[in-house]
Amino acid sequence: MFRFIFDKDTWQEIWGSISKNKIRTVITVIGVLWGIFVYIALSGAAKGMDNGFDKEFKDIAKNSIFLWTQRTSIPYEGFKIGRTFNLKLNDVEELKQKHPQIEFIAPRNVKGVFGDAPPTVVRKDKSGAYSVYGDFPEVDKISKKKIYDGGRFLNDEDIRNERKVVVIGERVEEELFGKDEEAVGQFIRINNIFFQVIGVYKYEGGVGFEDDGSIFMPFSTFRKIYNMGDNVGWFAIAAYDNVDIVALEDQIKQTVKRIHRVHPDDERAVGTFNLGEQFGRIMGFAKGLNLLSLIVGLATIIAGVIAIGNILLISVKERTKELGIRRALGATPKEVRSQILLESVFLTIVAGIIGIILGALVLMGINASLPEDGGFPYTNPTVPIPFVIGALLIMVVLGTLIGLIPAQRAVSIKPIDALREE
Amino acid sequence: MIEIKNLHKSYKMGSNSLHVLKGINFSVQEGELVAIMGSSGSGKSTLLNILGMLDNYDEGEYTLDGVLIKDLGETKAANYRNKFLGFIFQSFNLINYKSAWENVALPLYYQRVGRKDRKTKAEKYLASVGLKEWSDHLPSELSGGQKQRVAIARAMAAEPKVLLADEPTGALDSKTSHEVMDLIQKINDEGKTILVVTHEEDIAHMCKRIVHLKDGVIVRDEVVEQVRVSSYV
Repeated sequence: MFRFIFDKDTWQEIWGSISKNKIRTVITVIGVLWGIFVYIALSGAAKGMDNGFDKEFKDIAKNSIFLWTQRTSIPYEGFKIGRTFNLKLNDVEELKQKHPQIEFIAPRNVKGVFGDAPPTVVRKDKSGAYSVYGDFPEVDKISKKKIYDGGRFLNDEDIRNERKVVVIGERVEEELFGKDEEAVGQFIRINNIFFQVIGVYKYEGGVGFEDDGSIFMPFSTFRKIYNMGDNVGWFAIAAYDNVDIVALEDQIKQTVKRIHRVHPDDERAVGTFNLGEQFGRIMGFAKGLNLLSLIVGLATIIAGVIAIGNILLISVKERTKELGIRRALGATPKEVRSQILLESVFLTIVAGIIGIILGALVLMGINASLPEDGGFPYTNPTVPIPFVIGALLIMVVLGTLIGLIPAQRAVSIKPIDALREE
Repeated sequence: MIEIKNLHKSYKMGSNSLHVLKGINFSVQEGELVAIMGSSGSGKSTLLNILGMLDNYDEGEYTLDGVLIKDLGETKAANYRNKFLGFIFQSFNLINYKSAWENVALPLYYQRVGRKDRKTKAEKYLASVGLKEWSDHLPSELSGGQKQRVAIARAMAAEPKVLLADEPTGALDSKTSHEVMDLIQKINDEGKTILVVTHEEDIAHMCKRIVHLKDGVIVRDEVVEQVRVSSYV
């Protein structure tokens, strides 16, 4: 068999048989080609979408929760129902200690988002009203801000020294500064206090209340200006990637309730938004799409291979006489079987490779036709090499198996019957 | 060359069995040209198929060139066919997508002869049947007589011990029939053993010996005076 496969004559014989039955060959090849093409195009496209989501959300800590306080709904430990309470700066340490799954916590405050009037910001003769955040540097890790113009984001020194510095949004810069003016290093006035601009960020979508018209100042500075004491507006909490974020959300809620003496069954007192869960849904959708395309693609390949088997089976019937002649001339059953089998495998592989190339070309075409930053979650549609090799393997194995049926049939017909058939 | 003793063969058709050959005894020496005659159903084709190792027999003995041919596996039968026998069929049985020389070269392929040698040999045999110019033509481009000559060249190519011809002129008009028989006679002249199954008297008389078959037994086995085809013209 080994010698048989590597014999030039064998291939000449096979080539003769498939090149001189063009229609049969072409139809057979199209069957598998289409299968593998659909498989590659589909799974590549799904992967592209997957990559697209990944890129879209790469600047955001996906496994994160936002947590804030609301009115209590159950009286507890002498407190009456409907009590309001505040998150405290000290909660951070306690939460971190209790829940090692937490990667970092950013306590945050804001003016101008939740119903209160945004502070007036003035620069020279221009002014506007923008929401102002008091933040720790950690917030940049949860929701990355793209700083340009050579500036920087807030750092620990700013917090420690309660520096009067701000990072402003792109729109704020546009509205408060002239066209050719450099914002970084300049001063703006917020509630009649001067702040130096240390960075301008570019808004890149994502989640949260921020947009390109926000101003960030150190948490400590904010606290002092607005007399916040230890109060915190809300926590942005990021967990490590492998943490079950839904379970963690519940645990953190319980801890917060315990610290602030809220009834453990009080569902209303602590509000949360679980970003991780939402992301999980989106990513799950992308994964599901991936799986679906994989299944559909594989099913198409199988259909294609079955088509090959079908056509070969018919062609064996058609070629009964030829095979009978060959056997009368001294072809052994093994030789006849090997020939049919090799025809099947050869056609499958050739068709498969053409299909892979075509599929790859289509994916390249899609990628090239997409705008660079089109806001459409679709990036770099590729099919992982193991998937391609796997598909090829499946094709070869199925091609062999399906080729065995007509091959066996070809051999089972006695040469005498084959010759008699008119 | 061929020794047959008490050969029996029956076909099973559902629950009945059809006894086709009922004890055949005959032998063929090297260089003979034997016609097997008989009406349809006499068992002549069955006999030829057994001689050609295309079919098995139930009882008796069949020796070909000193080798007992009995209960061969398909693979062994294929190898013997390739080594010992050349077939000429009524319907030519050429492979229609192969050119004349490729058809002739096919038995050589199964003898593992290299491609170059195959082509040289095939063209030599095509030339010997007078079809040198036609070697690259497909069977569909040839006339019936030419096709049969290609088939004869193919049967010769493997250099077999015995040529078996099953109604070689059955599909041809009398003129081309005679051409084909002329060729067969010439091959026989060179010493090749040939068996021809036919139901035509004049074809049978172009052989050297006629075996008459009726209802599965040999009724007459006679040596005849050969009518040379060339004397017709």
